[in-house]
Amino acid sequence: MKPRVHAWLVNGALASCTALVLFPLFWMLSVSFMQPGEANNLPPPMLPLHPTLANYRELFAHAGMGRYFANSLVISTSITLLSLACNTLAGYAFAKLHFAGRERMFGVLIGALVIPAQVAMLPLFLLLKYAGLINSYWAVILPAMASVFGIFLVRQYARGIPGELLEAARVDGAGELRIFIQVVLPLLKPILVTLAVFTFLVAWNDFMWPLIALTGQQHYTLPVGLASLSREHVQDSGLMMAGAVVTVVPVLALFLALQRYYLRGLLLGSVKG
Amino acid sequence: MNRGTAAWLFLAPALLVLGVFFLLPVFAGLGLSLTDYDLYALADFHNLRFVGLANYWDLLHRPLFWAALGHTLYFVIVGVPLSMLCSLGTALLLNASAARFKPFFRTALFAPVVTTVVAVAVIWRYLFNTQFGVVNFVLTHLGISPIDWLGDPHWAMPMIILFAVWKNFGYNMIILLAGLQAIPADLYEAACIDGASAWQQFRQITLPALTPILLMVGILTVSGYFQLFAEPYVITEGGPLQSTVSVLYLMYDQGFKWWNMGTASAVAFLLFLVMFVATALMWRFGEGRESVA
Repeated sequence: MKPRVHAWLVNGALASCTALVLFPLFWMLSVSFMQPGEANNLPPPMLPLHPTLANYRELFAHAGMGRYFANSLVISTSITLLSLACNTLAGYAFAKLHFAGRERMFGVLIGALVIPAQVAMLPLFLLLKYAGLINSYWAVILPAMASVFGIFLVRQYARGIPGELLEAARVDGAGELRIFIQVVLPLLKPILVTLAVFTFLVAWNDFMWPLIALTGQQHYTLPVGLASLSREHVQDSGLMMAGAVVTVVPVLALFLALQRYYLRGLLLGSVKG
Repeated sequence: MNRGTAAWLFLAPALLVLGVFFLLPVFAGLGLSLTDYDLYALADFHNLRFVGLANYWDLLHRPLFWAALGHTLYFVIVGVPLSMLCSLGTALLLNASAARFKPFFRTALFAPVVTTVVAVAVIWRYLFNTQFGVVNFVLTHLGISPIDWLGDPHWAMPMIILFAVWKNFGYNMIILLAGLQAIPADLYEAACIDGASAWQQFRQITLPALTPILLMVGILTVSGYFQLFAEPYVITEGGPLQSTVSVLYLMYDQGFKWWNMGTASAVAFLLFLVMFVATALMWRFGEGRESVA
């Protein structure tokens, strides 16, 4: 095959795959700006005839979207900050501090990865119910405050810190906490950004546990709120697409801005062992 | 403060969270699955009874459990290979030396992975709407009669599989692309000099080099796909005629709709068992293949 033809085929295939993959997202955006009812025409219009923000106004004024958005923001941010703290401390300890049973304990944590989270959900619900925490932000935040994946990621990265650096600080009389804050944390910065983006995206997109744990509308996150709205407004496509835009755009923007960090985490996390 | 003490203090917050909110509930779940915990027990703990393996026994005699397991297996057995093919195909295209605008294509193809399942499932339900969905509009133009995606029990699961492939293939694409880039270029140069065709190069160089990554990615994808829940919850609500009720959907319904928490716990552990056996078999099979190759 001639190189020119080959290049055309490869790039043509890439362009058509991309168009196909992006179409649902483009369509979401387009329909969200349509007048009520316009989206239910046949043939479906590609672009809104008279673009309007009516769907967004309706969402925030009457469907409680502002509240869901705030809930999602509070919960995802809290999870990110708290789990970053727990995972970094533990990941560093597993990588650089010596204590009896270190490797075996780490092995147990990695082994626990085979257990699907849903196995724990029923007792977890009861535990939090008896603690009076169901239907509060804490019901979603507490269980997400540490993750084996996060500990693993930090440990992998922290193993690259030269031991002499820590020893030198110890010789100078610095305590372990001070070493952690002044020497280790600055070195871990890139992996902390990676972990933060990862954690935030997972927390923002999470559905099953928030659906179970947040029983009252005033605490719904965006996915839970959107799922409940979509059951009420099955036919109102414009409104639902606007809801999807509000839910998806923040995470998509975050990903686009910090893509490099995110993809590194994905590759590091997939290299087990 | 000595170093051992420091280590334990550093570990304490994470281990406490994982212990109290994960490991403890897992063991409690096993206990829960041996009881008849239901709405009455939820109201008054004294109504709780130990029933042994009765929950498991009942489930194995209930058609809905087998139907849910069947739907989930259908989703895994068709969905995973399809996802992997798309991931591998796009990774090969992105890795081709003739490909241009690689960063753009890579980001665009990956975009669905970071989106929110619920939000894009809402889009999907609209795209596949029987009356005014774009998909049926296109099908009609191609001369194919419109399909009742949301109302026909034969078509609901294929639609959900298409959704999952679209949403997830980008993840493995990135991992496979990294694997492809790690294959030394001189292997291909040598093959070219020997006159190997593109297909032969793929069979003899690319595929063997990728096998360990394909195996790992395959196992992770299988265990992910077994956890099907949000898609049928949002797109089809388990219907039509319960044709998209997955195992986790059944667990959710039993546990949090009917409050049969003992039964629901047994469902969760049965799913865990099936996942464990499936991934262990893949592992065994893959290891055998690798040692031969």
